[in-house]
Amino acid sequence: MTPVSQRSSRLETVLAWRSRHDRVLSAILLLAPACVMFFVFVIWPIIQTFRLSFYAWDGVGAKRWIGAGNYRELLNDPVFLHAITNNVIWLLCYGLAPIVGLAIALFLNQKIRGIRVARCLFLLPFVISQVVVGVVFGWFFSAHFGLFDKIVAAFDLPPMALLDHENTAVFGVIAAGLWPQSAYCMILYLAGLTALKPELIDAARLDGAEGWTMLRHVVLPQLRPITYLVLLVCCVSALRNFDLVTIMTGGGPYNSSTVAAYYMFEQIFLSFRYGYGAAIASVLFGMIEICVIYFLWQMTRREHD
Amino acid sequence: MFPAPIAGQPGKENAYRIALLVSLTVWLLPILAVALTSMRSIEDLNKGDIWSLPRHPKLIENYADVLTNSAMPNFIFNSFLITVPSVIGTLALSAMAAFVLAKIHFPGRAVLLGVFIAGNLAPFQALMIPVRQFTIETLGIYDTHLALILFHTAFQTGFCTLLLHTFIRRVPEALIESARLDGVSEVRIFYKVVLPLIRPALAAAAVLVFTFVWNDFFWSLVLVQSDDVRPVTAGLQSLRGMWLASWHLISASAIIAAAPPVTVFFLMQRHFITGLTSGALSE
Repeated sequence: MTPVSQRSSRLETVLAWRSRHDRVLSAILLLAPACVMFFVFVIWPIIQTFRLSFYAWDGVGAKRWIGAGNYRELLNDPVFLHAITNNVIWLLCYGLAPIVGLAIALFLNQKIRGIRVARCLFLLPFVISQVVVGVVFGWFFSAHFGLFDKIVAAFDLPPMALLDHENTAVFGVIAAGLWPQSAYCMILYLAGLTALKPELIDAARLDGAEGWTMLRHVVLPQLRPITYLVLLVCCVSALRNFDLVTIMTGGGPYNSSTVAAYYMFEQIFLSFRYGYGAAIASVLFGMIEICVIYFLWQMTRREHD
Repeated sequence: MFPAPIAGQPGKENAYRIALLVSLTVWLLPILAVALTSMRSIEDLNKGDIWSLPRHPKLIENYADVLTNSAMPNFIFNSFLITVPSVIGTLALSAMAAFVLAKIHFPGRAVLLGVFIAGNLAPFQALMIPVRQFTIETLGIYDTHLALILFHTAFQTGFCTLLLHTFIRRVPEALIESARLDGVSEVRIFYKVVLPLIRPALAAAAVLVFTFVWNDFFWSLVLVQSDDVRPVTAGLQSLRGMWLASWHLISASAIIAAAPPVTVFFLMQRHFITGLTSGALSE
C-alpha cells in the first residue's frame, strides 16, 4: 500500500498534467472542425486554382503543363481586357456608394419615433437577393416595359433601352448594384455617427462650427476608420459582382458588359477551358487582395499616427 | 449628435417626417413597382399600365398561379432545406473556433484570423473549379442539398468566426480565469460560461448567415443542376427564362423569393444591424 502523502502528490501531478493538457487538447478539439472545413472548401481550392492556371485542361482529359501560357493569352484576349476595363469602371462608379450612403446616414441620424423602421426600410435593398434586384432592375431598364424609359420620355428624351446598347449596358448593371451597396454603406456610417464623441461636436458647436464646416473638420475625421472599411467592402463587392451581370445582361450585348467574374464562368461552362478560367480567377483574386492589403495597411498606418 | 437633433421641435419634426416619407418612397420605388405588378392582370400589363392602381387586381390569382403551376414551392422548400442546416452548422463550428481564438493563448492566432479574412474576401471564382470537382469526384454529392450545405457551412464559418471572436473577446477574462481555477474544463467553460453570454451575438450571426445563404446564386448554379435540389435564387432565374414577358408572374415569384429573408430581417432587425456593424465599431 502506498502512503497517503505519496498518493496525493501523484494525484496532484496527474491533475496538473490534465489541466495543462486540457487547454491544449480542447483548443485543438474545438478549433479543428472549423479549420478543417475552411481549409478543405476555401483555402485548398484557392491554391489548387492557382496551380491549375498553369495548365491547359478541358475538365475531363489529361492536364497539360503550359507554364505562363494562359496568362500570356490573357494579355492578348480583347474580351478579357474589356472585362478588366469594366471591372475598373465598376470600381470607380462604386465610389458613389459611400457618398450616397453617408448622405442617407446623416439624414437618418435623428431620434424620433419610428426612425428605426425607416432605417430598416432603407436597408431593405441589401437584404434582398441580388437575383431579385437584378430581375427588378432588368425590368426597370427594359425596352418594352421599362419604367426608366417612361421617366425619360416625360423629359421629352428618346427611349434609351439602357441594357440593349453596348455603350450603356454596363452602367445599367452598375446602377442596380449601387442600390444595395449604398444601403450597406449607410448602415455602417450610421453606426459610426452614433459612436461620434459628443464632447467634440459640442465644443465645435460652441466655436460656431456648423453644417458643412462641422462635417468636414469634425465629423469626417472621426469617421475615418469607418470610411476605410466602407471603401474596402465597396472595392471587394465591385470586383466580385457576378449575380447582377448574369441576371441583367449575361455579359452582353456582344460581351460589352462582361466582367472578369462572369467571363471566367463562361470560359468554364461554355468553352470548357478550365486552365484559362483558373488564370482569370487568379487575376481577379490578385486584384481583390491588392485592394484588401492596401486598405488594411491604410487602417493600421492611421492607428499608429 | 450630428446633424443637430430636431426632436422636440414640432415644426421641424413634421417637415422631417414628410421628407422621410417622400425619400423612402423614391428609394423603394423599384420594390413598390414590383409589388404592384405582382397583382396586375395580363391585360393591364399589355396596355403598358405600370403606375396606375391595378384595374382588375389579380393578387390572389397571380400568387396562386405561381404556387400551383410552377416549381416555385419546390424551390422555396429546397432553400429552407439548404439554409437551415447551414446556419446551424456554421454557428456550431464558428462558436467553438471563436472561443479558442479569443480566450486560449497559442502561437499563430493572428495568422489564423488573417487566413479567415483573406479566404472570406476571395472571389468565388477562385474556389469554383476545385470545389466542384471535389463534390463530383471525391465526395460524390454533386447536385444534392448536402453539397450546398457543406460548402456554405465551410465558407460562412470564416466570416462567423471573425464576428463571434469580437464578441467573445469582450467576455471578462476574470470570469474565465476563476472557472479555470475551480478546475472547470475548457470545453465546459465554453459551454456553460461563454455560450450563454454571447447569445445576442449568436442571434446576429444566425440572421446574417441565413440571409447570405438564402440569397446565394453563384453556388446554386455551380453545385446543382436539377429542379429537385435547386434553391429559389437559381429557380427564379430559370422561371424567368420560361415566362419571358409574363411580368406579373415573374414579379410575384420575386416577391415570394425575397419574403423569407425580409421577414427574418424585420423580426430580428436589431441583431441583424448589430452583426453587420460590429466589424465597423471594433476597428
